[in-house]
Amino acid sequence: MTFINYASKEINCKIVYYGPGLGGKTTNLSYIYNKTAPEAKGKMISLATETDRTLFFDFLPLDLGTIRGFTTRFHLYTVPGQVFYDASRKLILKGVDGVVFVADSQTERMEANIESVRNLEQNLLEHGFDLATIPYALQFNKRDLPEVLPTDEMYRILNYKREPTFEAVATGGIGVFDTLKSVAKQILIELRKK
Amino acid sequence: MITSSANLVLHEEDFHQLSESLRRLRMDANAKAVFLIDKNGQSIATAGDVDQFDTLSLASLAAGNVAATDGLAKLVGEREFSVLFHEGEQDHIHLSIVAQRGILVVIFDDRSSLGLVRLRVKRANAELEKVFESMLQKGEGGGAGGRTSPFSEITDEDIDALFT
Repeated sequence: MTFINYASKEINCKIVYYGPGLGGKTTNLSYIYNKTAPEAKGKMISLATETDRTLFFDFLPLDLGTIRGFTTRFHLYTVPGQVFYDASRKLILKGVDGVVFVADSQTERMEANIESVRNLEQNLLEHGFDLATIPYALQFNKRDLPEVLPTDEMYRILNYKREPTFEAVATGGIGVFDTLKSVAKQILIELRKK
Repeated sequence: MITSSANLVLHEEDFHQLSESLRRLRMDANAKAVFLIDKNGQSIATAGDVDQFDTLSLASLAAGNVAATDGLAKLVGEREFSVLFHEGEQDHIHLSIVAQRGILVVIFDDRSSLGLVRLRVKRANAELEKVFESMLQKGEGGGAGGRTSPFSEITDEDIDALFT
């Protein structure tokens, strides 16, 4: 749900980073936060457990600049990836404009990836959204680790609708901004259609 | 019914009305600051001494707070808990739901009281609801709320320029 504010000339959009636990969603946001100029970002908020696992969400407001005189602001959120936090995960999807799925490339995490995509599809439906039509980008993270599945195989297993797909090493920033740009662009194109 | 996927469109006339209502509420309740945000965490209008607060973070956390409480309400068979109150040593936060889609956040200290805030919020609610409902209806009508959207003519170049 895009918020168009004619009074302050702002468009606000919400992007949610989804995926299995320990896949690198928070790392994506931290990298974006660290590499963005101070004037273009707000405070990054992490509601995490004492062991740094996301408990509720991470939040990062980001200004991308102006478009037709309107400041374009994206609110980036992550969900808690661990299976048992499903109730919280569902809440974060409220009013979402676009989703980034951060998949863990390690072979042993493929089941968790598949389950998380199914969970995303289901939770979106509960908010009246369809994964088949919502702006969506897929990221294969942790490509630098030794036991990873080949990308073509991951694509075959996880790609839902030929969405733009990116290889990434979020700790080093590889693929992080490309993924963000892809989903942000899709959201703005949707806005044009409305 | 207003769906969660409808765009929220805020035009200047609505903004001024909302701001005026918030300004009055802040004075009547003797509060430090008042914020109206939507349930998805976007700040809509504010009044009072808001510069000392990080509005973006406040909006996002208040929305998360209300969302979690809504989840709890459903667990016990309630439609919603319409009022939340957080009591601090000096500052206190009163959160209430407006028109099912908005959250009114009042921050106050010991120069006011919970009773006064509750009373004034109740009064302001009816007024805010009217404006908020009309705003949501406009959002239902399309991206720009019945007006020609400034985004209908954005080009691929405009979009690309954001990322250079």
